[in-house]
Amino acid sequence: MTSLDPIVLFFIFGLTAGILRSELRLPPAIYEGLTVLLLISIGLKGGIELAKQPFAELVGPIFTVMLMGFLLPLVAYPVLLYVGRFKRPDAASIAAHYGSVSVGTFAVAVAYLSSQDINYESYMSLMVVILEVPAILVGIILARGISRETRWGRLSHEILLGKGVVLLVGGMLIGWVAGPEGVEPIAPLFFDLFKAILALFLLEMGLIAASQVSSLRRYGLFLVGFGILFPLFSAVVGGWLGLMLGMSTGGTMMLATLAASGSYIAVPAAMRLTVPEANPTLSISVSLGVTFPFNIVVGIPLYLQFANWLHSL
Amino acid sequence: MSTATTRKLVTIITESALEHNLVDDFGRLGARGYTITNARGKGHRGVRDADWSTSSNIRVEVICGEQVAETIVAYLQKHYYKDYAMIIFMTDVEVMRSKKF
Repeated sequence: MTSLDPIVLFFIFGLTAGILRSELRLPPAIYEGLTVLLLISIGLKGGIELAKQPFAELVGPIFTVMLMGFLLPLVAYPVLLYVGRFKRPDAASIAAHYGSVSVGTFAVAVAYLSSQDINYESYMSLMVVILEVPAILVGIILARGISRETRWGRLSHEILLGKGVVLLVGGMLIGWVAGPEGVEPIAPLFFDLFKAILALFLLEMGLIAASQVSSLRRYGLFLVGFGILFPLFSAVVGGWLGLMLGMSTGGTMMLATLAASGSYIAVPAAMRLTVPEANPTLSISVSLGVTFPFNIVVGIPLYLQFANWLHSL
Repeated sequence: MSTATTRKLVTIITESALEHNLVDDFGRLGARGYTITNARGKGHRGVRDADWSTSSNIRVEVICGEQVAETIVAYLQKHYYKDYAMIIFMTDVEVMRSKKF
């Protein structure tokens, strides 16, 4: 029943309308607003659950996931450099995109698991925040070494106080402090409407992804192949780590999804500032035009099957 | 009542990713103020239509004395011309309250 989920249909709708060059567009302010709602919803949900968990149990997963964030770009980089024959800054920038995460993909995975009544570890939204950072650092160092020209102060401000991280962490803290009963009055907007908000968000994402297709044509098959095969590899790494950490099936699937997703907001902005010689269209078009659609339509159900298979071993 | 004085208006059209950097630079280089607006258009780096954050542009205007203007232009050319989409042009403008600039 997976492909019939309405939110996925909204994405395909947007993608199709975009490819057919329809005039359809959500106003930018609405798209921004939807993003804010999604990030806060995910944060709140995570925060409420996190309050039930002793912090000591989180230390192992946090370090493991952080390590994954450092390692994935280190695997992607040589592939892009030697097989894809990209220039060093381009290879480093694309690698950074794939070590980081996409909150949109995470949101779809959350909706997918809830529609199947599968539970997952509550600290997953914390992992989204944790995975934002390491890949960006690896990308910068791969592109230019540890250079004094990099404005580290401005950069850390940009990464740690970027909209995504601030909204997720803020939502988490509010959920944590207020608890399940405290959040009840605002639940209709943030929880009950979550899927509707996500559907509209995905409609716009479909339109945006379609606008990347034309630039993909210029860069050829290697990027398309990379945008599908590398996430599959990452999902195997993420799923295996989830199993090693003793996560539930839902948690294993979530970690596989997070590993497989590629950033299209935080990393592009950071890379543009720190590695300006990298071509931003390359990384954005593969992350948004190939990997995001692949994960939404094919990847997420696949990662659940994979997690099921891992747990049946 | 003609108290107008001539100042330079420096206009910069560039990627919105640079906004924070530019604001830092202006402060250091001696500009007393600036105005930033969102912009769309086309140049040799293609259509920049503001559809997506990475393809949005800003138009930055700074009014200042000639020396500061030249410092700013030289600095921006040195640091950003190579890797970023950036257009700079300068004109003379008449301002009423010369102390402000």
